[in-house]
Amino acid sequence: MKARNGTLWLFILPGLILYSIFFILPAGSSLLLSLTNWDGMTYRFDWVGLKHYGDLAQDPIFGKALSNNVKFSLTVIIFQFGLSLFFAILVMKNTKLNVFYRTIFFFPTVVSSVSIGFIWMFVYDPNIGSLNLLLNSLGLDSLARSWLGEPNLAIYSIAFVQFWGHTGQVMIIFIAGLQSIPKDLYEVANIEGASRWNAFRYVTWPLLAPSAAIVLAYTTIQSFKSFDLIISMTDGGPNNASEILSTFMYHQAFTYYSFGYATASAVVLMLIIMVVTYFQFRLLKADRVVY
Amino acid sequence: MKALAGKTSKQVLLITYVLIVLLPFTVMFFATFKSMSGLFQDPFGLPESFALTNYFELFRQENMLLYFKNSGVVTLFSITSILFMSSLVAFGITRMSGRKAALLFAFFSLGMTIPSQTSIIPLFIMMSKLGLTNSQLGLVLVETAFIIPIGVFILTGFMKTIPQEMIEAAQMDGANEWYIYQRIAMPISLPSVATLAIFALMIVWNNLLLPLLLLKSSALKTLPLKLLEFKGEYLTNYPLLFSAVVVISIPMIVLYIFLQRYFIEGVTAGSIKG
Repeated sequence: MKARNGTLWLFILPGLILYSIFFILPAGSSLLLSLTNWDGMTYRFDWVGLKHYGDLAQDPIFGKALSNNVKFSLTVIIFQFGLSLFFAILVMKNTKLNVFYRTIFFFPTVVSSVSIGFIWMFVYDPNIGSLNLLLNSLGLDSLARSWLGEPNLAIYSIAFVQFWGHTGQVMIIFIAGLQSIPKDLYEVANIEGASRWNAFRYVTWPLLAPSAAIVLAYTTIQSFKSFDLIISMTDGGPNNASEILSTFMYHQAFTYYSFGYATASAVVLMLIIMVVTYFQFRLLKADRVVY
Repeated sequence: MKALAGKTSKQVLLITYVLIVLLPFTVMFFATFKSMSGLFQDPFGLPESFALTNYFELFRQENMLLYFKNSGVVTLFSITSILFMSSLVAFGITRMSGRKAALLFAFFSLGMTIPSQTSIIPLFIMMSKLGLTNSQLGLVLVETAFIIPIGVFILTGFMKTIPQEMIEAAQMDGANEWYIYQRIAMPISLPSVATLAIFALMIVWNNLLLPLLLLKSSALKTLPLKLLEFKGEYLTNYPLLFSAVVVISIPMIVLYIFLQRYFIEGVTAGSIKG
């Protein structure tokens, strides 16, 4: 017996209204705002069509933010995916010791990204940073760097912190995936004389594809949305060397007050995330097995 | 023999990774008991004593209690409103019939595919016009709107599994929808409500972007926003900064130790949505 819809709307309306006004409406008006030259201060603005998008294409700093973002995201995706899968395999059995390891690996997730950013800013400090001190004490002085100060290095140093902080988080998704694979499949593989690598290649990997798709999509989106870390560690510097799309957008809006221009870059960011996610799911779905 | 070597190297790998995760936190924690010059002399080692000088300074001169309270108020009200609104919506959707329910569910799920950062500029303008910047109420409303999609997603999934017979039996006894929500749906959904609460707690307590966008007055700042202030233009007072990091992290760490399962479930549920 279903209820009359009238009463039920009373349950839904408060949340629906709040969500529509404070989330959907601003997200939708991004598209419109990106077509104006509004500075956010005055009441006057003109429609400028796709001008901002043309300007973005020619803006060297936007180009830099885009290429930094690609470097950043690729580094994070490769290492976070690889390491989380690797450690998930090592600690997948529910022993006491493994649960302890998981607890530690997951731990950085509960600490705020701003805090994480500051901790690593200190670790990376060229003079008193633990990383250089460690290298020096190992006799590897030549490897010591100004990790956040060198323009070619900064974005990778931050990428390291990003996957250092979230590998233990997505590892949980892989563990859940691994634990859901029926054990008898491995027994069969064993009887058939499959090597461990073959068992992984032909049993684990295909059955793990749904988890892999989630990890890949989530890591990609997470890397494109990274913001707190960069704001706290370098604020996009030195000389825009660690600017990515999200910080570019923020600086355009709240340092230069080019609201329309900033919103155009936000729309580009939104499109990139949607396209990437779509292709990743298609790619990984092709490999899915039904059993 | 070979198996033993394999087991040993596995443990060595895992312990190495444990150290890589924990060492930065340890160095940070030790730094809070050092003076600035002490830190420069020995950035790595144990502190000479575990004196709480930096923590005292934090609360006496930096007014940390105020920011702690600000974060607490915003987090508490946000979680309450997220739990209340999402559970109402989820209940409504589960009890509604067919196509309307599916459409509503899809509309809320839409929010999970739109990256929140893309809406912040129009949001900022709108909030200024409404006079809701520099207001804890404004921040709570926006935090709620941003997390409702995940809340609806998690809770609808759970409430769908409540046996229809239970609800029908209650209806026979003359129970109305509010009664069913309050006395049947909510108590049964408690585990997933707890998961959502922890997820929301982590997001709101640690959030930088929205407070940065909406709060300008120093008296309203939340902890992550206050943290940014400690970063010096030329020289950062790391001992003080790190004491603040410890203070802001302690509630999360304590809760994580006791409610670990909910943390892991909450974050995983939140990530599956993408």
